[in-house]
Amino acid sequence: MYGKGLRGLSIATVLTLVGAFALVFFYAPTDADQGVIQKIFYVHVPMAIVALCGFVFAAAMAIQHLRTGERRYDLRAYVAIHLSLILGIGTLISGSIWAKASWGHWWVWDEPTLVSFLIVVLLYACYQPLRFAIEDPEKQARYASVFAITAGAFVPLNFLAVRLAQAYTHPRVLGTTGGSMPGSMRLTFLVSVVGMALLFATLWKYELASKHTAQQLRALRARLTGDAAAPTVRSGQPALPAESTV
Amino acid sequence: MALFAVAHAGRYVAAAYLVFLALVLIYVAIMASKLGRIERELGELVELSRRSSATPADAHTREGQPVA
Amino acid sequence: MSTVGALLAKDLRAELRAKQSLPAMALFAIATFVVFHFGLDRARLDGDLAAGVLWVTLLLAALLGINRLFVAELEEGGFDGFLLAPVDRTAMLVAKATALFLYLAGLELVAVPAFALLLDPGLGRALPELLWLLLLADVGIAVVGTLVAALTVQGRARELLVPLLALPLLLPLLIAAARGTAPLLEAGGGSLPLRWPAVLGLYDMVFGLLSYAVFDFLLED
Repeated sequence: MYGKGLRGLSIATVLTLVGAFALVFFYAPTDADQGVIQKIFYVHVPMAIVALCGFVFAAAMAIQHLRTGERRYDLRAYVAIHLSLILGIGTLISGSIWAKASWGHWWVWDEPTLVSFLIVVLLYACYQPLRFAIEDPEKQARYASVFAITAGAFVPLNFLAVRLAQAYTHPRVLGTTGGSMPGSMRLTFLVSVVGMALLFATLWKYELASKHTAQQLRALRARLTGDAAAPTVRSGQPALPAESTV
Repeated sequence: MALFAVAHAGRYVAAAYLVFLALVLIYVAIMASKLGRIERELGELVELSRRSSATPADAHTREGQPVA
Repeated sequence: MSTVGALLAKDLRAELRAKQSLPAMALFAIATFVVFHFGLDRARLDGDLAAGVLWVTLLLAALLGINRLFVAELEEGGFDGFLLAPVDRTAMLVAKATALFLYLAGLELVAVPAFALLLDPGLGRALPELLWLLLLADVGIAVVGTLVAALTVQGRARELLVPLLALPLLLPLLIAAARGTAPLLEAGGGSLPLRWPAVLGLYDMVFGLLSYAVFDFLLED
């Protein structure tokens, strides 16, 4: 049951995230160099971190799917990638706003994290089209898992390469007071990351519960009307076998 | 002058946080519409099961319970 | 090993007879160099511009080869025949990747001299170190290209998906190859910083192992 524990999780998310934003605006000191603009850091970087972890988590789910053949892992990977992609886009937009505020340009090639994210988002944006291109549901799930694993392995390599390419030529544009963050900033940042991670977990469970319910409804309808549960519409969404336990 | 600069910069910060809020709210809206569709389908199925249990010698609805 | 050899021999024989991939890749590369000449309005290039033009062209030409890699199997039912045979399935991966590697090597045999001729980047002294980069990059492109080809061959919109999947995946390779080549093509001549071949080697290893582990799942029926 995906819905179990969802209420507790969402309450924890609300408390942590609201607490985090409160800390950002009422507690964390203003950065010496960048001023109030630095506050974007507390929403931009947690989104980035959670998105990346989400992609890696999806790869782990995909590995489980290939190992056990159970399609629920495929569904979990699908939702994780979906959410991480949204967070990735949020990372890009907030990073772009930060760049505009700091440097006057809506995009900077000098910031390795931002560039890496652009590439990663472009790659994972192909996940759904790939799924849609393959008709047979089981094959679709398998191929999607292969893609999720490949892309998951790609992410660290990508970050490494982009960072190396920037190393000599450009200093970090959107960094924060170098490596030495005062304790109050560090605490605020930590709470923000935890809040964002909790948000991801809540939305993940939420979406899984919703999809699972919809599929069970379909199975129920099939049984009541006596039709075979044959989907007549091609879809890129993972389809669980009719009698799935979660 | 400094005050103007701060107010101007604050606008970008607000924009970034608003983007985050917008993403979450759009997600909630999409999920809400999905929930609406689920509710509608469930209503249809309840109707369906009511009709089929009205006809005699039909299958027990015991089978029709969602897997817990 | 002999399975790989047999598959490879079949592919190469088919290629020699039909001449589908290699001439197209080579011609595309030459045409692209000409296009770059007119697009950039330069008679000669050096440094990172030259490196960029060379590697982007090679990458785009490679896409042509990747597109066609499994098409013969798909059209003539080669997959089913292969699956029935009592052989290790990753043999197909190795054979296809090797074939793609050989096509890339063939491509570069034509493209690199063409590049030297048309865009005059001063290739002479760069050559030995450039060969290393080409070798390492070819392994990476071959491995990733085979994986992407296998992922997309049985779906629809194959020609659209191949570049969309392959180009981001190959970006670290492109970065390492281009950054490594740039100092070699510099006007004064430079040396190859070791980090770039190291990154290429790491990339080859990661994706080589990954493809090997995962390829079976692509062939299951």
